[in-house]
Amino acid sequence: MSDSDVNSCASGPRVVIIDYKLGNVRSVANALEAVGATVEISSNPDTLKNAEALILPGVGAFEDGMNNLRTLGLVELLNELVLVQKKPILGICLGMQLMAKTGFENGIHTGLGWLDAEVVRFDFTGEISHLKVPHVGWNDVRFVKESPLSGELNAPHSYYFVHSYYMRCADTTDVAGVCEYGHEFTVALQRDNICGVQFHPEKSQKHGLALMKSFLTEAHQLVEAVC
Amino acid sequence: MLKKRLIPCLFLKNGFLVRSEKFEYHQLLGNAIHQVERFNAWEVDELIYIDITSDDVYDIRRDDLKVKSEDNILTILEAVSKTCFMPLTFGGRIRSIQDIHDRVSRGADKVTVNTQAILDPGFITEASKIFGSQAIIVSIDVKSTKQEEYEVFYNHGKTATGLHPVEWAREAEKRGAGEIFLNSIDRDGSAEGYDIELVRQVSDAVRIPVIACGGVGQFKHFSQGIVDGNADAVAAGNIFHFTELSTKRARKELIKSGVDVRN
Repeated sequence: MSDSDVNSCASGPRVVIIDYKLGNVRSVANALEAVGATVEISSNPDTLKNAEALILPGVGAFEDGMNNLRTLGLVELLNELVLVQKKPILGICLGMQLMAKTGFENGIHTGLGWLDAEVVRFDFTGEISHLKVPHVGWNDVRFVKESPLSGELNAPHSYYFVHSYYMRCADTTDVAGVCEYGHEFTVALQRDNICGVQFHPEKSQKHGLALMKSFLTEAHQLVEAVC
Repeated sequence: MLKKRLIPCLFLKNGFLVRSEKFEYHQLLGNAIHQVERFNAWEVDELIYIDITSDDVYDIRRDDLKVKSEDNILTILEAVSKTCFMPLTFGGRIRSIQDIHDRVSRGADKVTVNTQAILDPGFITEASKIFGSQAIIVSIDVKSTKQEEYEVFYNHGKTATGLHPVEWAREAEKRGAGEIFLNSIDRDGSAEGYDIELVRQVSDAVRIPVIACGGVGQFKHFSQGIVDGNADAVAAGNIFHFTELSTKRARKELIKSGVDVRN
């Protein structure tokens, strides 16, 4: 066992927010710190490797997100950490969308492909054509399965959203939470160690902070179990 | 269902929190950072800060009030974003992509752009390409002209554009704005309620969310903005500073009018 492994067992959850030059990393860090995490913002491979849990944040376009991950040489590293080593990861907004196979924002783009899903634009026609895009503001989320993200099932809380594209999962067992805007769509997902939310927990006041805490607690327990 | 939003709007002048009236008179309310804890306790849906400092103002600092001026908007933003876990918008004095970057990297989720968008509408497109439409709010200040026509003004409401707000809002949407922040100069600080006609005209003309501002003096004005004006969000400044339990009472009034707001 290396020194870093020993340290990780002794301290609180050590989280690394993946810095790929897109998104509100400061806000995410503030929220994680508020729930007791030790936070680093980094794109350094060694730092990422030593994290107990990773956060993939992101505000911006799908193509830019993937390009930045590639330019920083992070795609293969993340594949290794997430798919092979099963490190807990939480994707937020674009960070969640990038976990899909394909994104249809301004063209067709290949995503990280960890989940059999695609990212498509809201397209409201007919009776719901008055609905505005982006979907921005507070909306109720209903959690549909037990996951590190769901506090209590069947007790919807409002979370803050701001997005024009949403994720469509081919495998419905990946879906952890849904929301209604024009139609029902996936806003929280979980498969093994991979979690993602379309809304912004770091901007959703107490319920958002509770979700982050729940994710971290689960991640921390995983690490402790290994020790 | 997507909730309608209730948003306090905080105007900053030379780093002080101020009350605004007709864009001309500004009354000192206190130090922006000291007030952060209060805003946090409000549990509102978002906060909008607008820096209305113009280059030609004199320093309104008064030592006897024991308030210190924060001369740097970015310092204020950093302090606010440390404890405010809700969407934050910072606007005012944004002239370049770097200005937006400075705010977003310190915790702002969105910025409002006003004068620069008028001077160079291409700036809206450029900014929304880089930061996403959702981060770019075009702020529109409207005044009624002598002919009783609505007209867009910029440069702190001082300079006329010849543009009708409906025309400009559509243009802003086309160029990539994610939201419209619509403020009535005539109603600013008046406590007479929103200019409902103006709010409805603009809300009905665009498919992006419209945030109404300017004129709220009573809690029922909020629901009027949504029910009669078709706004997606209602903002106000003064009522939040001068009224006890303002957010609770505003929310109660909105629910009573059948508006779906966050509990």
